Amino acid sequence: MSDYNFAYLDEQTKRMIRRAILKGLAIPGYQVPFASREMPMPYGWGTGGVQVSAAVLTPEDTFKVIDQGADDTTNAVSIRRFFEKTADVAVTEATGEASVIQTRHRIPEQDLREDQILVYQVPIPEPLRFLEPSEVETRKMHALEEYGLMHVKLYEDISQHGAIATSYAYPVKVEGRYVMDPSPIPKFDNPKLNMAGIQLFGAGREQRIYAVPPYTDVVSLDFEDYPFEASKADHACDLCGSTDSYLDELIVDDAGGRMFMCSDTDYCCSRRKAGHIGAQGVPYAEDAA
Amino acid sequence: MYVAVKGGEKAIDNAHAWLAEERRGDTSVAELSVAQIREQLALAVNRVMAEGSLYDPDLAALAIKQSRGDLIEAIFLIRAYRTTLPRFGGSESVDTEKMACDRRVSATFKDAPGGQVLGPTFDYTHRLLDFKLAADGEAPQVQTADTPTGETPHIMSFLDRENLIQDEPAGPETPDDLTRAPLELPASRALRLQSLTRGDEGFILGMAYSTQRGYARNHAFVAELRIGAVPVEMDIPELGFAVDIGEVTLTECETVNQFQGSKTEPPQFTRGYGLVFGMTERKAISMALVDRALRWKELGEDNVGAPAQDEEFVLYHADNIQATGFLEHIKLPHYVDFQSELELIRKLRREAQAMQEAAE
Repeated sequence: MSDYNFAYLDEQTKRMIRRAILKGLAIPGYQVPFASREMPMPYGWGTGGVQVSAAVLTPEDTFKVIDQGADDTTNAVSIRRFFEKTADVAVTEATGEASVIQTRHRIPEQDLREDQILVYQVPIPEPLRFLEPSEVETRKMHALEEYGLMHVKLYEDISQHGAIATSYAYPVKVEGRYVMDPSPIPKFDNPKLNMAGIQLFGAGREQRIYAVPPYTDVVSLDFEDYPFEASKADHACDLCGSTDSYLDELIVDDAGGRMFMCSDTDYCCSRRKAGHIGAQGVPYAEDAA
Repeated sequence: MYVAVKGGEKAIDNAHAWLAEERRGDTSVAELSVAQIREQLALAVNRVMAEGSLYDPDLAALAIKQSRGDLIEAIFLIRAYRTTLPRFGGSESVDTEKMACDRRVSATFKDAPGGQVLGPTFDYTHRLLDFKLAADGEAPQVQTADTPTGETPHIMSFLDRENLIQDEPAGPETPDDLTRAPLELPASRALRLQSLTRGDEGFILGMAYSTQRGYARNHAFVAELRIGAVPVEMDIPELGFAVDIGEVTLTECETVNQFQGSKTEPPQFTRGYGLVFGMTERKAISMALVDRALRWKELGEDNVGAPAQDEEFVLYHADNIQATGFLEHIKLPHYVDFQSELELIRKLRREAQAMQEAAE
């Protein structure tokens, strides 16, 4: 792949993306328009995240990619291979060893440190989009801090269903100013948006980048009498026994039998290596053999 | 002296001869065979079969050759041929549970009985031009696995068991047929689905995309996408039972969408459905999203005025043969109409000028 520049994009493009990232960090939660490029994977596969990763990666970095929390998901494999090929960076599955983590739909269970960057792939960056389809209008609403419509929507959920009927991509307010879409992470992950690492959000098709700097106040929208609640399946992981991680539900037989396992594969694996065993799990060494 | 323009007949003959020559291209380059198109441009063949509403790969390949690769023109050729075919009867409903799946993925469950099968997909390829293909076309040796036997249960059936997904009311024994009766509104769901499955891929895609971007958003998850061959059975009156008369490759997409319900009615997910001839998954997914958007009335949702919710707008503009015909007809002679417009505009200008002068 010597025909391509380090990490695929040319240096001018990376500089343009870095400017957008810096602006995003300076105005937490604000969606910065950027001149998104065509990437060699389709829009919707994470072209925004890939461009952000390409702009922040250095040859010394160690890169991790997860999709739905897992390193072995097809698209995570594909993106990891892409940067192995075009940037020749070290890759890892261990959350603690990575300096840049690109993610789709999850925040790792293990807390991130100050020297780590979390890059999100974002399909629809505009949290108000499903209340107002016009971009011209929603930008105006952000400028005027006009977020009444969002609260009305949450209120209508409560009056119709008795609860807020949003379970993922749950809107947050960043540093008391911008309402932001945290990308389609389960609302279980929302409390983790307050972290030590840098969080960068890339939306390729919609040509937007936004960011949350370390230790920024991120609050999930709610009401005093209907407080935000992070939720997950009411089970323990069947492989590692964890009761505080987000779980995937698997259908295991034709009779519709279910089992639950951590969506964060690295977290689950580390726990099993440390000797934790869930209801249907086997000791780590046996499985590997 | 002026001699009136004539010679339309000769012009047409010459144009057709030139077209035939252009179609063949440089004769020092080998001619494409229909079999080459069928085997190596299979996805174009699939699209022509789907939108042409005729399952015949050889004829679709011939149409692509004849149309110089213009797929809408090829679809047109197939539609025009299809309309001449006698109808012997209708098959039994195909049972996609019996599909021999080449591809089967679920975006809602990490694993399920039958497993995830990627199949021959572009999904995780990096879109880098493979210059090696320009030089040689060697067939790569690939490993093959045993064909799985038995039925592959639908992912939806597992949600159904828990009552998490809305019931689908049974339709009439023999649904209306879009190709045999004019489309009248409001259309039954069967007619809408027929219209969508043969509708223009680009149009249906654009409509589906608009729902994702907030114009009647319906929160679609692909519960299951499966591609493979299914047997076609037909009841033969002389025999008194159904026999296999062949098989067709289909792409089926089932989406699980936002739920409805209230404090007293427990919420349930809703469905969108796409079923298209051949390996045509972009179309099948788009179809499922548009189907779901069009169901707002029966599901008791609000009409938010989005294009994808407007049955008349979607169904009347989805057919690319109708659309391209009417669009392109404006290049035909309109001398007479235009002449009358010319006369009218001159008259109106004269009158307006006269009024102006009178006012001054």
